[in-house]
Amino acid sequence: MTRRTLAVVSAGLGQPSSTRLLADQLAAATRDELVRRGTEVELRPVDLREHAHDVVNHLLTGFPAPALREALDTVAGADGLIAVTPIFNASYNGLFKSFFDVVEKDALVDRPVLIGATGGTARHSLALEHAVRPMFAYLRALVVPTAVFAAPEDWSGEGADGALRARIRRAAAELADQVDRRPAAAGVADPFALTTSFEELLAGRDPA
Amino acid sequence: MQFGVFTVGDVTLDPTNGRLPSERERIKAMVAIALKAEEVGLDVFATGEHHNPPFVPSSPTTMLGYIAARTERLLLSTSTTLITTNDPVKIAEDYAMLQHLADGRVDLMMGRGNTGPVYPWFGQDIRNGIPLAIENYDLLHRLWREDVVDWKGRFRTPLQSFTSTPRPLDGVPPFVWHGSIRSPEIAEQAAYYGDGFFANHIFWPKEHTQRMVGLYRQRFAHYRHGSPEQAIVGLGGQVFIRRNSQDAVREFRPYFDNAPVYGHGPSLEEFTSQTPLTVGSPQQVIDRTLGFRDYVGDYQRQLFLIDHAGLPLKTVLEQLDILGEEVVPVLRKEFDSLRPAHVPEAPTHASLVAARDAVADRTDAEAGR
Repeated sequence: MTRRTLAVVSAGLGQPSSTRLLADQLAAATRDELVRRGTEVELRPVDLREHAHDVVNHLLTGFPAPALREALDTVAGADGLIAVTPIFNASYNGLFKSFFDVVEKDALVDRPVLIGATGGTARHSLALEHAVRPMFAYLRALVVPTAVFAAPEDWSGEGADGALRARIRRAAAELADQVDRRPAAAGVADPFALTTSFEELLAGRDPA
Repeated sequence: MQFGVFTVGDVTLDPTNGRLPSERERIKAMVAIALKAEEVGLDVFATGEHHNPPFVPSSPTTMLGYIAARTERLLLSTSTTLITTNDPVKIAEDYAMLQHLADGRVDLMMGRGNTGPVYPWFGQDIRNGIPLAIENYDLLHRLWREDVVDWKGRFRTPLQSFTSTPRPLDGVPPFVWHGSIRSPEIAEQAAYYGDGFFANHIFWPKEHTQRMVGLYRQRFAHYRHGSPEQAIVGLGGQVFIRRNSQDAVREFRPYFDNAPVYGHGPSLEEFTSQTPLTVGSPQQVIDRTLGFRDYVGDYQRQLFLIDHAGLPLKTVLEQLDILGEEVVPVLRKEFDSLRPAHVPEAPTHASLVAARDAVADRTDAEAGR
């Protein structure tokens, strides 16, 4: 059985948080789908709320505190990423954006990503498409087609058989499929690795 | 081992009283710090080079020449000399001139500068930072070693039959360090030439320094300049010292909290645990500094940053007294006793002249002359 890791990032601010709840449901559904395909899965939750001060400190000082370093490595080193944010002012919240602002350059290139969001009304749902998806497109991640938005009505009434469940299952299957068809993640890139020789540098050849 | 201070030369409001020194005051304070460094028995004074406010030291050799005339023993250096935006021809000439005036008490540290807008003021582009550092230094290296240079490159006009004047003192160029925080190419550059490598070691976690120094040592050996532990390593460091550590923390905290680089970010306690910053008693500074050796190996130069963030001159001079009386003598003794015999001291003009003459003597002997 192969083993894969999924980083599960939530930018929810409340305790308990509906954003975390959605992230957990997306993670569980993806895990179930991968297990069904014969792949062992390790879920690695990252609650950005716990790193809020460290994220700001990183923006100011240019380096992460140890706990944030661990969270960044978790995201950079995972086979797949589930990223869920509350929608504030028609976009991701500031904590979500700031966290991805300090993720190392190129860390998410070709990484399968499932995006999700929560909001006070279903009218916010397209923020996933006009804000969250373009950010990951810029980072050259591979965002699966189904993005999952959960409005207050999704949490009430219909329960486990409702439309939200169906969207979660569809999105999870898409992410599982992308994770499954890729080789295991190579781990975190070493920023101190020398990728060029001095002769090349002297010759003015750009290593990039 | 060499000990000294390096200064950024920032003009910063003192957050405890709202006082902002004039440029003149700050420049004179930098000189006073250098003179005091010699008086209390430190070895090195290094100044930054900046071309944008709130920094004053745009003309390092003017300042260092003035300090040279008023000191006897102090080694004058830079932290850093901008190898990207300065014309390498002008660096070759300015620092050779300084070498003569200072009787060889000169070395310098190359750096790229990380402020984008500065580059175009000097006709350059920050996106060429590494290629500029590589090409300019390669030219500088030749200008100091070859009397007549023909040269063509990407970034400056070609040179035909050019002789930079004056020639280096005794025909021996100043020793060069290359400073970088996280660019492996610069560690590689230092290793390639057998020059020194200086790690900023102030604003970032020690792991940065450890990795960069490790790479430099390994590549130094690769280029056959000696074994990895014989490579020439310098470290920065940042300290604030009072007899009692509580007093040090209480007095330094407002300066830390409002400091230009990291202020309004992590707490003093977080920053001291995550970076080499040490705020405390002389013994705490001694213990922490000796600990640097555990992750970079035996090294040759330790420079402390003690005068930034609006600290008044009086306080800085007190810091120098404590360093000179209580900290550096202990560090000198401890480091010297720990260092194996085959690990060299940092090169000085005298040692470089002696090494050059020894090679010449050996060549003569082998030729049977």
